[in-house]
Amino acid sequence: MRRVALRGLAGRKLRSLLTGLAIVLGVAMVSGSFVLTDTIGRSFDRIFDDSFENADVVVSAKEATSSSASRDAPAFPATVLDEVERLDAVAATLPSIEDEARLVGAQGELLAAVDSSLAFGVDGGRNDELNPLRLLEGEWPQGPGTVAIDAGSADGEGLGVGDSIGVVANGPVRDYRIAGIVQFGSSTSIGGLTIAVFDLATAQALFAKRDRLDAIQVAGVDGVASAELAAEIRPLLPETARVRTAAAQAEQQSKDTRSGLGFIQYVLLAFGGIALFVGSFVIANTLSITVTQRVRELATLRTIGASRRQVLWSVVLEGALIGLLASVVGLFVGLAIALALNELLAALGIELPSGGLVLAPRTVVVSVLIGTGIAVAASLRPALRATRVPPIAAVREGAVLPASRLARLGLPVALAVVGVAVALLAYGVFADGLATVARLLAIAGGTLLLFLGVALLAPRLVSPLAWLLGWPGARLGGVAARLARENAARNPGRTATTAAALMVGLALVTFVSILGQGLRTSFSESVSELFVADYSLNAGNDPLNRSAAGAAARAEGVEVVSAIRGDDAQALGERVHVNGVEPNVGEVLQLTWESGSDRVPAELGSAGAFVKDEYAEEHGLRIGSRLALRTPTGDVVPLRVAGVFAEPTGGSPFGEIAVSSARFDRSFTSRDSEFTFVNMRGGVTAANTAALERAVAAFPEATVETRDQFRDRQLSQLDAVLNALYALLALSVIVSLLGIVNTLVLSVFERTRELGMLRAIGMSRRQVRRMIRHESIVTALIGAALGIAVGVFLAALVTRTLSDQGIVFALPYVTLVVFVAVAIAAGVIAAILPARRASRLNVLQALQYE
Amino acid sequence: MHVETPPASANGPSGPPVRVAARDVTRRYGAGDTAVDALRGVSLAVEEGQLTAVMGPSGSGKSTLMHILAGLDRPSEGQVWIDSTEIGQLGDAELTALRRAHVGFIFQFFNLLPMLTAGENVSLPLELAGANGDRAWVDELIERVGLAARRDHRPSELSGGQQQRVAIARALVSRPTVVFADEPTGNLDSSTSAEILELLRHSVDAYGQTTVMVTHDANAAAVADRVLFLADGRIVREIGRCSARDVLAVLEEVSRG
Ligand SMILES: Nc1ncnc2c1ncn2[C@@H]1O[C@H](COP(=O)(O)OP(=O)(O)O)[C@@H](O)[C@H]1O
Ligand SMILES: [Mg+2]
Repeated sequence: MRRVALRGLAGRKLRSLLTGLAIVLGVAMVSGSFVLTDTIGRSFDRIFDDSFENADVVVSAKEATSSSASRDAPAFPATVLDEVERLDAVAATLPSIEDEARLVGAQGELLAAVDSSLAFGVDGGRNDELNPLRLLEGEWPQGPGTVAIDAGSADGEGLGVGDSIGVVANGPVRDYRIAGIVQFGSSTSIGGLTIAVFDLATAQALFAKRDRLDAIQVAGVDGVASAELAAEIRPLLPETARVRTAAAQAEQQSKDTRSGLGFIQYVLLAFGGIALFVGSFVIANTLSITVTQRVRELATLRTIGASRRQVLWSVVLEGALIGLLASVVGLFVGLAIALALNELLAALGIELPSGGLVLAPRTVVVSVLIGTGIAVAASLRPALRATRVPPIAAVREGAVLPASRLARLGLPVALAVVGVAVALLAYGVFADGLATVARLLAIAGGTLLLFLGVALLAPRLVSPLAWLLGWPGARLGGVAARLARENAARNPGRTATTAAALMVGLALVTFVSILGQGLRTSFSESVSELFVADYSLNAGNDPLNRSAAGAAARAEGVEVVSAIRGDDAQALGERVHVNGVEPNVGEVLQLTWESGSDRVPAELGSAGAFVKDEYAEEHGLRIGSRLALRTPTGDVVPLRVAGVFAEPTGGSPFGEIAVSSARFDRSFTSRDSEFTFVNMRGGVTAANTAALERAVAAFPEATVETRDQFRDRQLSQLDAVLNALYALLALSVIVSLLGIVNTLVLSVFERTRELGMLRAIGMSRRQVRRMIRHESIVTALIGAALGIAVGVFLAALVTRTLSDQGIVFALPYVTLVVFVAVAIAAGVIAAILPARRASRLNVLQALQYE
Repeated sequence: MHVETPPASANGPSGPPVRVAARDVTRRYGAGDTAVDALRGVSLAVEEGQLTAVMGPSGSGKSTLMHILAGLDRPSEGQVWIDSTEIGQLGDAELTALRRAHVGFIFQFFNLLPMLTAGENVSLPLELAGANGDRAWVDELIERVGLAARRDHRPSELSGGQQQRVAIARALVSRPTVVFADEPTGNLDSSTSAEILELLRHSVDAYGQTTVMVTHDANAAAVADRVLFLADGRIVREIGRCSARDVLAVLEEVSRG
């Protein structure tokens, strides 16, 4: 029986290949995600290991309000260093500043984005063995005006020791003399990061960290265990510093990056999973058609002694083999994709410390298990069908499979599945007090069930839908198209499953596009409502250095400059985002007050605050309420609510709480402004724009934007995310396309005799091709109709709960029309191969075909 | 329920044992006005080592009778025994076991598995039964049906006659109690038919293989030890071994009714 399954596979090469491909793609996505994220993760691990190579323990800055590490944590007092050095167990120390500084190229362009432009303040020549930086050329920087940069940037810009380079370090760009070239640990390149090294005192001055430190690497005397050393140091530290053994610190940093990577991994895996889910429809359908076409063969097996169980296993085995082979191929395709992506990143200058791709055993196991498992699961129904083939079918012409008990209960079962799905979705969407994970699981589970339920219902919808959707074609395409419409409705189950596979991809694409449209709409409305300034100064998505505002103010014609700062803090037992606003904020933003008046920002003083309406409602705050803010430095700031701000649904620049910027600057260490708005005499004019741009020329990261530019930039970022999601979902659509090809090939095979007859009575090859093509289009349109309907339903449900987060339900008509066009195109493409096969049939042979 | 035992032997207690028996078998297809009575009360007994032919005009119920005797179909009324087992009450698993041990099939359209070679088709029933197979026996059968040279060929590379030889070897390989053949020559030309019939005859003579063959070919019936004539769902005549011409004459008589 194993042989029957094996040989059967080999004998049905094309269909096995197409079916296998449906799995290969999904598995490739899964293995590719694992390999890529593992490889990136390992690269970072190396960097972290390098960081603390010779240190025993590391003292580092932390926020008083949070236990998690953060680059923005306020520096701790330098007196800690003296206390640490006083310990007998301490042999050597290396104090340092860790911050951000951007290198500027010859054309005035930034060499890296903000979060990949590292700055170090460290004194060379002192305990260099503790220094993760290695001097490759020249000398360590000494005194203001000197810097050491990484080898990658130096090579890229053709700079060497003694040359000068522009550096943006907490202020306008300034020229520095390159004293030396360094590299970080053993890595010549670390993912496109640029490095600027200053001596410690220079860095402390530059980054406003005088008498403060961000980290101290400590080596203990021989014979003292790292843990003991850490225990000795711990009591000496303020609440904005922590000590960890070097190993623990490296592990913690690795864990932090990996949790970020983990999110990306989950997203990619989810899309791989969706592709596999779609693939399972393709496998189920192919095997089911194969069973139908093999009725005679299966019945013969039964007459010569095969038991039902053996028949069942032969079909499951066939599915499992397809799954196994496809999984192995998919595993390697995934590896190839990861390799290609790695090369692509390198080509884009984001080169990771190499060392080859990481193929973890987990990747192999999960990829193979999931691919094979999906195939086996999908083969169960066809296999059960096969067991119902009665032995007598071996001798009866045209024997058909008896309907299963389940099939007779088809409608109630399908309706029940849809019912459960909707209930689960409603629970996930509407239930109160559900944990996010539970909510997401309920929604994901409900969505999967909904797809299954609609797929089960679909056979009943195929006939009317085929009639309706085939109508335009039948009007235009003549008799071939009319026959195509009949053919599509001839095997409703088969057409339904084929269309259902496409439905999944299109439903999700529709869902994403509606959500995206909702976000666009509400965000645009918010911008229109709030943004009354003439210009916004931005550093892309990053905060802009506060001194840029001062530079802007000196431009000819500037009337108002208003900056908004921001940082996280703790209030009422939770983490909140706090903004610092200037008294003139009302001149650049049109704020609406639920309570209070336009005078609120100007009258905040040192203890006043205004809060967002949602936050006020949640905590029962009104004018006069008191609350205490605990900042990252550990300061406690008592506040009194002076106003409640009515936030538009599409969001605003403000977090939960806003205080005056004077108050903010006294209690927070954040140096940058999240937003900077400018009003000029005469409003937006070319001359004003030019004047403003000139004024901030020393800030290469700053761009001048009008309201529309500000909005469009953010919308284009949203579009980029949407496009990425479409691209990921395209994989599922491609899988379902394979399904259409497969079904058509099998139908053509099955109708060989009939096609021969049609050719014999005068159908041209072109008409045959048209007939197959139209059947394909009708199938694809059924998939599109079901998909768009399900997608709209899901989006309507989800936008309902998200309405308070500013996502309105808005149908993107143009996009939906594009999806329908994509479905038609998919139908046309899927039909190419089967149509060619059908039109090339030899009439005589076709008629003799047994 | 009252279960009757089958007659031990048609020729009295001393004769060869009965391997297949039917009593008062009827088969009705459909119901109401459109009901068709394919069998209207058939009783018979097939003795060991005999080649029994069932003849009759088209639509007389030959195939229906064979399907019921072989346990592929169930009678509307009446009972069927294979090797003293009443098969009317058996479930699917028991019928499968019965087919493995007791029944071989030869079909009009050969029904070989296209992806297996001739040799693999022959040994398939043994593998399905989980027996590791009596290789010598498989070799002998393939030799006997004259396909030693074609053993590794696929069915599509064999002629109709060769395919039917494979099917015969496959039917014999499990040494079944009875082999059922439904129009084994129905799809073959006359000279090939003669070879196949000779082979069937040989299997009865050499191995004592009890065989029931449905046919409307007088030449086929002529190799049988016994010919049953079916008309309108009833056995109307029975004759012993005789020539094709005699068979034709009886058939004509029977068909006229
Ligand atoms: N599956 C079936 N459904 C309905 N009627 C059938 C079926 N099989 C056979 N019959 C009818 O039963 C009668 C006997 O058929 P069959 O046994 O095939 O005859 P034979 O093999 O002698 O030609 C015929 O009238 C035929 O139409
Ligand atoms: Mg017949």
